Amino acid sequence: MAAKRCCHVHDLAGPKVSFKEVAFRYPTRIEPVLSDVSFCVEERSHICVIGPNGGGKTTLLKLMLGLLSPDQGTIELFGIPPHRACRHVGYVPQHSVIRPGFPITVREVVLTGCVEQHRFGWHKKGCGESADQIMEELEIAGLAGRPFSRLSGGERQRVLIARALISGPLLLLLDEPTANIDPKVQQQVRETLNRLSSRMTVITVSHDLDYISGELDGVFFVNRSVRLLQPGEVTSDAVWELFTQRK
Amino acid sequence: MPDAIQQLVTPDGILFMPFLVGIMGSVTFGVVGSYVTVRRISYVAAAIAHSALAGIGAAVFFQHRFGWAWCTPLTGAFVAAILSALIIGRVTLSSEHQGDSVISAVMVIGMAVGLLFLKKTPGYFAPMSVLFGDILLVSKRDLWIIGGLNAATIACGVLYYRKLLAVCFDEEYARLRGVRADLYYLLLLLLTALTVVAMMQIVGIIMVIALLTLPAMTALLLVRKLWHCMIVSGGLCALFVSAGLAGSYQTDMPSGPMIVMMAGSVFLLAAGAVKIFPVARQG
Repeated sequence: MAAKRCCHVHDLAGPKVSFKEVAFRYPTRIEPVLSDVSFCVEERSHICVIGPNGGGKTTLLKLMLGLLSPDQGTIELFGIPPHRACRHVGYVPQHSVIRPGFPITVREVVLTGCVEQHRFGWHKKGCGESADQIMEELEIAGLAGRPFSRLSGGERQRVLIARALISGPLLLLLDEPTANIDPKVQQQVRETLNRLSSRMTVITVSHDLDYISGELDGVFFVNRSVRLLQPGEVTSDAVWELFTQRK
Repeated sequence: MPDAIQQLVTPDGILFMPFLVGIMGSVTFGVVGSYVTVRRISYVAAAIAHSALAGIGAAVFFQHRFGWAWCTPLTGAFVAAILSALIIGRVTLSSEHQGDSVISAVMVIGMAVGLLFLKKTPGYFAPMSVLFGDILLVSKRDLWIIGGLNAATIACGVLYYRKLLAVCFDEEYARLRGVRADLYYLLLLLLTALTVVAMMQIVGIIMVIALLTLPAMTALLLVRKLWHCMIVSGGLCALFVSAGLAGSYQTDMPSGPMIVMMAGSVFLLAAGAVKIFPVARQG
C-alpha cells in the first residue's frame, strides 16, 4: 500500500469517485477480483453496491479507501488519489475489532474520528460541539456517557456512523451497515443515510435486498466487473436473478 | 506495624528510598500499565522485562572486565530493554503471524545471555536480586535516574493520550484517518521498556509485569474511561507498594513477592465482588 499522506484539499474538483479501467488481483489468487472497472459517482449521490460473495464489493471499498492499490487503471476521489483524500472520507466498517470491555465511552468513540487533526491528538476547538451535534442528529445523545462495549448492535452502528461524520466528510463509505441488526433499526439506519445523502455522497455495500428498494440514486452490481443497474433491474426478483447467474 | 510505617515515611528509614521510588513508579505503572492491559500486550511486556537481564549481565561483565564504571546494571538494562522493544515491535508489525514466536525467542535468549554473562563475571552477583528485586540496592543516584525515566514516560503517555487511545481502541480506523498507528505502537513498547527499567529494582524483572497489569486489571473492573483507569490503577499500585514494603519489613520476606501478593489478592477479591455485586458502571 502506498504511504498514507492524508492532506486537506481545498480545491476539490471532479466527480467524488472516479474509477477508470481498474483491475486488481490479490497476490495469492490467479484470477483477478476486479477487471476493467470504470464508473463515476457524482456528489450528493446515494449509491448502493451489491453483489455475490467474492464478487469484489469489499475490494472495491478498500480500493476507494486507498488500502489497496490497483494493478491497472486509476482511481480518484475529488480528483486526487484515495490515500491522499482520507481527510474527506468517512468510513463505517462492517466488523470493528473492538476489544471487549475496552474502557471508552460513546462520546470518546465519536471523538476518535477527528484525532488526526492535531499533532498530539488533542481535539481542536469545536470538535466537542460537533460530536454533540452529530449525536443529537443520530439520536444517540442519551448514550454519550455509556461504555461502548455495552451497546446493542444497532446502537454501535449509529455510534460508528457518528465517528465517521465528525470530520465533516464529503464521501461516506459504509460496509454492510444493516447487517446483524433488527429490521426496525435497519429502517432507522436507512432513513439516516438517506438524510445524509442530501449533503454528502454516500456509498453503501450491502447484501440487503430491502436496501436497494429504498431511495437510491444508483445501484452498482459488482461481480468482477461493475455494472450500473437500470431502473427496471432494481427489483428484488431481478437482483436475485443476477445473484444466481454464474460469472 | 508502626515500626514498619516509620521506616517507610521517615527520611532516615531503610524503606524510605524504595517507598519514594515506588510512589513515583506507581504513577508510571498506572499510565503505562493501563495502555499495556487494554492493548493486550502484557506478554510483550514480559518479554521486554526478561530480556533486560541480558543488558544487566553484560553491564556487570564489562564493568568488571574493562573497568567501565559508567556501565551500570541500570544502563545495561535500559539498552537491552529498548533494543528488545524495537525488535519485537518491528517483527510483529511486519509479520503478525510470527509475533508470538519472536516474543518468546527474545525473552528466553535475553535471559540466557544475561545468565551466561553473570556466570563469566568473577565475584558474587546475586541474580535473584535482579529477578525479584532488592530494595536495599536503591540509592539516591538511582532515585534521580528513575525519577527522570518516570517523568519522561508519564509525559509521553499523557501528551499522546488521544492518539494512543484511538490506536489501542481501533488501530485500523486510526490508520485510515492518517494516524501513524505503527509508530504509536512502537512508542507504547518503548514506554513499557522504560517502565520496566525504572521499576525493576523494587520488584524485580519478573514481578514488574504483575504491577504493569494487576492494578490496571483491578481498575478496569470499576471504571468507564481509560484515563480513569490510569488514576485508579496508579493509586492502587501506590497502595500495594506501600503495604508490600511494610509487610516485607515486618515479616522479613522479600519485598517483590509481597507487593505482588497484595496486588493479586486485591484483584481476585475485586473480580469476585464484581461478579457477586455487578457494578453499575455501564450506566
